[in-house]
Parts: sequence; structure tokens; C-alpha cells
Amino acid sequence: MAETMADRSEMKGTAPAAPDELAGLEPDLVLGLLQDMLVYRRFEEKAEEAYAIGKIGGFCHLHIGQEAAAAGSIGPLRDEDYVITAYRDHTQALAKGVSPNAVMAELYGRSGGASGGKGGSMHIFGAGHGFMGGHGIVGQQAALATGIGWAIKYREQDRLCLCFIGDAAVNQGVFHESLNMAAIWKLPVIFAVENNAYGMGTAFSRVSTTDMSTKAVPHGVPDSAVDGQDVVATYTHFRNLAAEVRSGGGPRFVDVQTYRFKGHSMSDPVSGTYRSKEEVEGKVTQSDPIRLLADRLRAAGLLDQQRLEAMDVEARRISAEAADFAEASPVPDPRALYDHVYAEINEHGRLFFDGRDRGEK
Amino acid sequence: MATKVHMEALSPTMEEGQVVKWLKAEGDPVASGDILAEIETDKATMELVARGDGQLRKILVSEGGTAPVGEVIAVIATADEDIADLIGNGGPASASPSIAKSDHDIEPSAQTEAAVPPAPTTAAEPGARGGAADGRIKVSPLARRLAGEAGVDLATVAGSGPGGRIVKRDIEAAALVLEAAPTEAVHAAPLAGVVSPPAAAGDFEDVPLSQMRKAIARRLVESIGPVPHFYLTVDVDMSRLGEARQRINGLLEARGRKISINDMIIRATAAALRQHPDCNAHWGGDHVRRFHRVHIGVAVAIDDGLITPVVRDAHLKGVAQIGAEVRELAGRARGKKLLPEEYTGATFSISNLGMLGIHEFTAVINPPEAGILAIGALADTTVVVDGEVVIQPRMRITMSCDHRVIDGAQGARFLATLKAMLEEPAAMLI
Amino acid sequence: MREITYREALNEALAEEMERDDSVFLMGEEVGEYDGAYKVSKGLLDRFGEGRVVDSPISELGFAGLGVGAAMVGLRPIIEFMTFNFSILALDAVLNSAAKMRYMSSGQYEIPMVFRGPTGAALQLSAQHSQACETWYVHAPGVKLVVPATPADAKGLLKSAIRDPDPVVVMEGELLYNLRGPVPAGEHVVPLGLADLKREGDDVSIITHGKMVHVALQAAARLAKDGIEADVLDLRSLRPLDADAILDTVRKTNRAVYVEEGWAYVGIGAQIAALIQEEAFDHLDAPVLRVTQADVPMPYAKNLEQLAKPRASQVVEACKRVLYLN
Repeated sequence: MAETMADRSEMKGTAPAAPDELAGLEPDLVLGLLQDMLVYRRFEEKAEEAYAIGKIGGFCHLHIGQEAAAAGSIGPLRDEDYVITAYRDHTQALAKGVSPNAVMAELYGRSGGASGGKGGSMHIFGAGHGFMGGHGIVGQQAALATGIGWAIKYREQDRLCLCFIGDAAVNQGVFHESLNMAAIWKLPVIFAVENNAYGMGTAFSRVSTTDMSTKAVPHGVPDSAVDGQDVVATYTHFRNLAAEVRSGGGPRFVDVQTYRFKGHSMSDPVSGTYRSKEEVEGKVTQSDPIRLLADRLRAAGLLDQQRLEAMDVEARRISAEAADFAEASPVPDPRALYDHVYAEINEHGRLFFDGRDRGEK
Repeated sequence: MATKVHMEALSPTMEEGQVVKWLKAEGDPVASGDILAEIETDKATMELVARGDGQLRKILVSEGGTAPVGEVIAVIATADEDIADLIGNGGPASASPSIAKSDHDIEPSAQTEAAVPPAPTTAAEPGARGGAADGRIKVSPLARRLAGEAGVDLATVAGSGPGGRIVKRDIEAAALVLEAAPTEAVHAAPLAGVVSPPAAAGDFEDVPLSQMRKAIARRLVESIGPVPHFYLTVDVDMSRLGEARQRINGLLEARGRKISINDMIIRATAAALRQHPDCNAHWGGDHVRRFHRVHIGVAVAIDDGLITPVVRDAHLKGVAQIGAEVRELAGRARGKKLLPEEYTGATFSISNLGMLGIHEFTAVINPPEAGILAIGALADTTVVVDGEVVIQPRMRITMSCDHRVIDGAQGARFLATLKAMLEEPAAMLI
Repeated sequence: MREITYREALNEALAEEMERDDSVFLMGEEVGEYDGAYKVSKGLLDRFGEGRVVDSPISELGFAGLGVGAAMVGLRPIIEFMTFNFSILALDAVLNSAAKMRYMSSGQYEIPMVFRGPTGAALQLSAQHSQACETWYVHAPGVKLVVPATPADAKGLLKSAIRDPDPVVVMEGELLYNLRGPVPAGEHVVPLGLADLKREGDDVSIITHGKMVHVALQAAARLAKDGIEADVLDLRSLRPLDADAILDTVRKTNRAVYVEEGWAYVGIGAQIAALIQEEAFDHLDAPVLRVTQADVPMPYAKNLEQLAKPRASQVVEACKRVLYLN
């Protein structure tokens, strides 16, 4: 897989390898990306811990190992741009500006959560930050992204929508329907496959005879790939894609090659029948995006151990604070159960049929 | 060995049967399964089959005769067998009717539901008081509530719904009996002891009761009391009648006379009854008497009750004459100066409480008459005509019918005719 | 009042609302150059341009989802399904996305959009093109559903649906498009959640919606010949539901028959019957009966199709049964 990644990066990458160590990015920006990724990592570890002691329930899909895919792709976007993703959504939300406190409180199912405790891990929303959620059905957000792109174009706005999908989603009909529509109407949408090589426990190669690079071709959507463990490459790649899309170039498809260090969700083993312990350990050792960036910054003389530790302390502090906030946040008011099913205004008739609307007669 | 031929229960609710026709004559050879006779039950004409072999030795109930269920109506035996004992003992056989009845009471409801009810829809279906075999009373939720409100004991009510389910109409009927009891006494009082024949021979025809009519009469009485009332209400646009009255009064002015709306209603009722003789009738116990002439009883309130003087041959009289007679009779009624023949012999009655501001009510039938109209007050009412909201003088008429004599559809047809006449007074002239 | 067709009434509603609010756009198969598969959108492309009257690829799930996404950021999409049979492909967009977005996000998103098109059987289109889809949509909290039966209601309800802050499914009748009736010109809005008593009678309540209103009225006319007067209550809106109107008519007549084009099992009538027995139990003199499509996929052969569809004679029979008349 590492070979494939390298091959395709060379062959198809629209972002040429930067001449210098940081591809021309400002050191502070890159250090900022490192800090962000540390926060994502510690945040997810905190979530893992909270899940283990029963503070978080349900499905909980961690992003550990894939931090660069969030930081590098969302980093170059503007505040007014939109991001939408699937159910592995915690760090994308953080990257788009939703506060760690709100995300953690949502995982805890508290009223202070990003979705008021009604969405949970898979449905983090941050409308005020252009974070359009957390969607639970594989591929469905591709159509929503197309609609967001449609609205941007309809209103002639200078915005774009970044849509993450998992690698397994490219086998869904809605993925192809969405790419086709985005292409015919030249919508400002970047479809980014967070390609961690497995759809839950099924390797991509087992469910597709063709390579990821072929998936957008039939729809006439320009295709590219990037090493998603390399946050600098990812950042520059998305910065370029964003510029192309903003200038009316229509949609883009990008294969962000990454790896998930944890199980599919908290209910799944990290390794087992579908991937070996050695494979996972090898990736953790060689392809940890945080370590790769830290090493690179150290090599460039921009980071020392002390600073790194200080950054990590900050990340841990933010995560711990998020957990404390979540813990302290009240559970949703039972009276909120029926809130937001419909708009508050309902002049006539009955909307609920479980007895709530029953008149006393 | 001799075989007794019993009057069998050929319908689940049959209590007695009428021999319509013997298909075997005395002396005819009979084999088990042969059809012996046609029997009219309370529902239909059924075949009675032989349950033994030999000759039909003796017929005990001749054609046209009736016998209760269980009674021996014939004997099958070999030609030389002595059947004297059997013939002598013609009373009910071992299976007594009452036991037969209760057997049927606990028939599974599936069978009773499949049965086709007799024509009048309020006649009780099979099934029985108390409903199902387990003693559970089948009753619709509404009927249960109404029974509670009206103080009707469900155990005393026969259900007319599927499987004997007690439904709204059963409770309404039962409640009316409770309500009617005191009023009835007052109403019936003037009649007590008076045996004046309502009409001379030739003025009516007596219709013999069929088994079905008997069954209806019996079961309805069980259900509701001596006179099984039911009620039909129509809402009448009185605009034209009011105009007609004004014009007539204009014509009568010179003679110093006036007619009332009520006089016109009497006239219209008489005319309508002529078209619907089935409503111009008396219950005679074992027959229904339909009158060719129309004598209308007009209820008049008096100090200590009420009385119904009769406008005789109202169908032959003009509205002015009716008006004059009513006023004259009413005046003498209030003075308690009516002769018995003046307040008996009505074929149909009218009670009008409109002048007391009553919009709608039900009146209790004056037996043996089969119908009475309850006339409500004229009231300006908004109605929608051809999409426009208009105000019309309207009036409600509720007809009480004796269900033994008048079925729902008959009453409804009569009321439709009456309504048409009131809404277009010219129709009275047709 | 002038009379126009149900089709023209819908067209008028679309045009008026698009004129009134430029965030409204129409998307679906054949809605633009072809003027709509049933000509409901006739002339709208010329009037509003291809930016607002959009021919979509045949991608029901895709363009329905597109509508939801556009609504999430403030547009008011009208998504036309050529028929609701095809919308089954799009159920994820409607039921998982549109219906739940407001709730999952605790009110951060409003989905002010319309899904519309014809539901139910037309003539001899057989199984896959002849099904009433109301139940699927009305089942999920978060979606509203209206089913106009007359041209005036078609205009008034569609206008309300477009203005509503929630996703509203508007189910039309393929066989109703040519129905003529009085329709007010200009502003005519029928609020969601109000049933309409299309006929008054004291003896029995026939409750129904959509195309079956006409079957119910036919049945009521036949019943009237037998002296039975029926209330015919057109629900018009299935969610929100005018429960008061249902309970009122049942309290008046003490008996109810539901007529619907769909299948019986977990159908609309099942819900209405549940409502009635829950809240008007003591007013019932008979069980609530339902007249529905036969519990089979719609057959092609004309005679079988007629047998499968709900008929006025069945409604008459059901009414007589609840009246204990046969």
C-alpha cells in the first residue's frame, strides 16, 4: 500500500513535491498543524478512555492515525467554506472550528454538546462553523455535499464544500450519482476519500477490481491522490484544489491515503481477522502523521523536544478540559425530547402520535 | 318403531312454526330424509325432513296451523303399528321449547352472524340477551356508555348487532321504554274503557300476520316494551308553506277567519297518509289494520294532562274547515266537554309543541295507532343553498313509529312525501 | 370562481412561489425542457431559467439528497419525483437526512423543502408503477405529508408546503391532474393540518385522503339513495393530522370507515383506527373498518386491477356493516 501511495502521488499528484522541507509553508502554520493534530490525537484518546469507563456510549469511531487527513485538508479552507463528512467525524469538527468542549460533551450525550446531546459521536454538527455533520449512512453525505455546492453556485458565492467519504463509499450508488451531478453542474465540491484501506473489516481490494484512481473518471471529475499521512503534502494539495474549485473549475476527487490505527469503532478490535497486528504496528511505527511531521520539523531545526512536549501538554490540557466540561454539562432536559423534530410553529393538527398530542377529552 | 315428527327449530330464534304445506299425505310411504312439510319460521320457509321410516300415519297440525318448537305435529310408523298413545299425547315432546331456546342462545356467534336478519333493521338478530356463551355481554363501547347514562341494565337488553352485540340503537330503544312508562299512562288514559270501533266495516282491511311479522312484533316488544317505538326526523323548509298561509289568510280575511301553520300540517299529513296507508294503521295484536280514511288525533294540552280530539276524514277537508274544527274541539277539550267518540278513533296523531318553543321532541304513540308526529317550533335557520348561505324558516318533525306496524323505510317514505308537501304546498292538491 | 385543472393549480402554485421567493427552485426528471412528465411544470423553464428549473439525471437518491443539502444552507428546493414509485430509491435522503437533520443537530438546520409528485395507481401501469407511498413517508417523525384531492387544495397545500420550515411531501394523483375545479387566483393558501369535510351527513363517517376522496363521495351519493347520509372527511394533511376533525365526526356518527389507496397493513387507516379507538372508544358503536387496495402488488390485467383497487361499492358495503345494516 505504501508503494501504491507513492506511485500515485508521483503520477497523479496535482501538488508537486515542494522543493524545501515544508513545501513553502510558513513554519508557524506547520507548527500550528502539529499542534492541531496533537489535540486531535489526545482528544480521541480521551474519548477512548471515556468510552472504556462508560461515559460515552453507542458507536464511537476514532480518527487516531488519520489526523493529517483532517488537519491538512480543512486547514487551507476559509471559515465560510463548508465541510461535511461521515460518522468518523470528531476531528473534522474540531478542524472546522467546533470547540473540543462541545464535541466531547456531545460524545457524553450532554446538553452542552455540539448537537445538544441528540446526535452523539456520529452526528456532530457545527452550523455556525460551516461544519455540516456527521452522517451515518455510508455515502449519503456525498449527495448533501452536492446540494451545498448547488446552493453556493445558486447564490453565486465564493465558497466551496469539502466532502469526506470513506473508501468503501465509492461503491455506493449515491457516490456516483453525486459526482455525476456535481460534474454536469460544475459544483464547487471537493470529494475527498479518506482512504484508510478498509471499509470496516473489508479491504478495498476485495470489493473493487479497479483502483481508487478510476472511480471519478467516468464522471469527468478530475482525480488526484495525496499521502494523507503527510500533513504538509495534504495541506498544499488541498490548498491547490480549493483554488481550482473556487475559480469555477467544478468538482474534484481526491484519494487521501491514510491509515486507521484503531478498530473501525470502539466495538471492533484494532487488528484481527482482516488485518494483522504486524500490519498495524508497522503503520503506527512508520506512518504516524504526528511523528512524521515532528521528525520533519526537528530535522528542519524548527522544533525541539521541549517545545514538542509543551505542545503535547497543551493538547492534553485541552482534552482533559473537554472531558471535564462534558462531565459537568447537564444531561439534556427531558422536556427537550420533542424539541426540533419539527419547527416550533404548528398551527393546526397533530404532529406526534405517541400520545403526546392527545387532547384531554 | 313409531317416530314422532316434532316442530323443529329451523332457525336459531324460532319458537314456533307454521305448517305452510304438507308434502306427504297421511298413508304416504316415508323414508328418512324425505321432505315432509314446508314450515314458515320467523325468518323464512324451511323444509322439515323425516327422521324415521314407514308411513306418514297421522298429521296432527294441519296446513296453516302453528305449533311451538318441540310439539309433535305428525307421526311416522309402520302401517300396522298402534300409535294411539302418540296421537293422544300431542303436547310438547321431551325437548321443551324453553330448553331449545336456551340452546340456541348459546349458539356460537359465527352462525348467528351469517344469518340474514329480517327486513326491519332494528329487529334483533339471533344472538341473545347477554350475548356469548361465556356470559360475557357483547356491547359496543358507545352502547356501554349510553346504557350507563340512561340507567339501562345491559343484562336486560337484546343485542341486535353481529353475534348479539348490543349497539346504540338497542340502548336507545331500551331507554325509551324507561322514559315512556309514566307519560304513556297519561296519554292512554282517555282511551281506557272506551271500546268505540274506530271505523265502520269496509273502511279498512285487516292484514293477517305472517310468522315474520309475528316474530318482529314479539321480539321488538321484548326489546322495548309494549309499543316498540322508533323515531324518524326530518328538517323542513317552511318558506313556501308560510307564504301559502299568508295568501290563504288573505282570502279568508273577508270571512273573518284564519288558519294556522298547524292546520296546514294536519291537512298535509292527511294527504300524505292517503299515499302511505301503511302508516295510517293500527296494531291489532294478531293483525295490522290499515285504514282507508284518515282521522287525525290532535294532541291538546289540558290542565291535568292532555287529550287528543280527532279531526275525522281530514283527507277530505279543506284547511279552513280543519282549522275551524280544531279550534272548536280544542276549546271544548279544555273545558273537558268532549264526547268519547270525539277523542277516540284516530288513525294517526299529531302533537305540536312548537308554540312552547320546543324545537324538536319525540311523542309517545297513542295505541293502537302506529304513528304520531311531533312538530317542533318554526325557527329561522341558516342553511347553505347552492353554495349561498341563506336564512330559512325551518321546522323539525319527528315521527314516532310502532315498529310492529311500520318499518323504517315505510316511515321514511311517508315523511318524504309530507316534507315535499310542506315545502311545496301545491303538492297537497295533486 | 374560475375553474382550472389540478395540474394548472399546481403549476400556478409553483410559479407564484418561485416568483415570491428566489430561494425556491424546482429540480427533477423532465421538469424543464420537457415541461414535466405530467406537464405540471409547463412553462416554468422559460419563465425562471435553467438555474431554477433544473432537469436532473435519473438519480432519485442523488437529487433528493442534493435538495436536502441545499436546504441545509438555506435554499427552498422543490424536488419532483416523476412518481413516488421512484422515490423509494430516495428514501434515505428523505427519511435519514431530511427528516432527522433538525433533530440530530438540535435545531441547527432547517430543511424547508418539498418532495412532490404523483402517488398511487393510474391505469394498467402494473406493480412497480402503481403504489400508494403515503405510509413510508408519514411513518417517520420529521416529515410532513399532504395529499390534495381537489384543484383548490392542490394549489393551497403546495403553496403552504413550499413556505413550510420543514420537509413536506406533497403527494398528488396522476388521475387527478385533469380534474377541473374552482381555484382562487393569486394568493390561496391551505394551511397544513386542516381536514376538510367534503360532505356532511349524520349516519356514518367516511374518512379518507387524496384520490380516494372521490371514491368516498361516490359511495356517499349511493348511500344517500338508501337514506344513509355520510360525512366524508378529507384529511388533506396526514402529518400534521387534523385529529380533532376525525374525532368530531366519529363522535357525531359513532362509526367510521377509512378509505385509502394503499395497502391495509400498517396503512394510514390503521393509524386512524388506532387514534379513534384510543380517543373516541366510548363513542364507537361499531368497529372501524377500512377499505384499501387488495393486499397484492398491482396486477396489470384490467379486470384484476379493478379488483385490486378500492371501489365505491366496497365503501358502501363497509358503511352498511358499521351501521349494522347487512
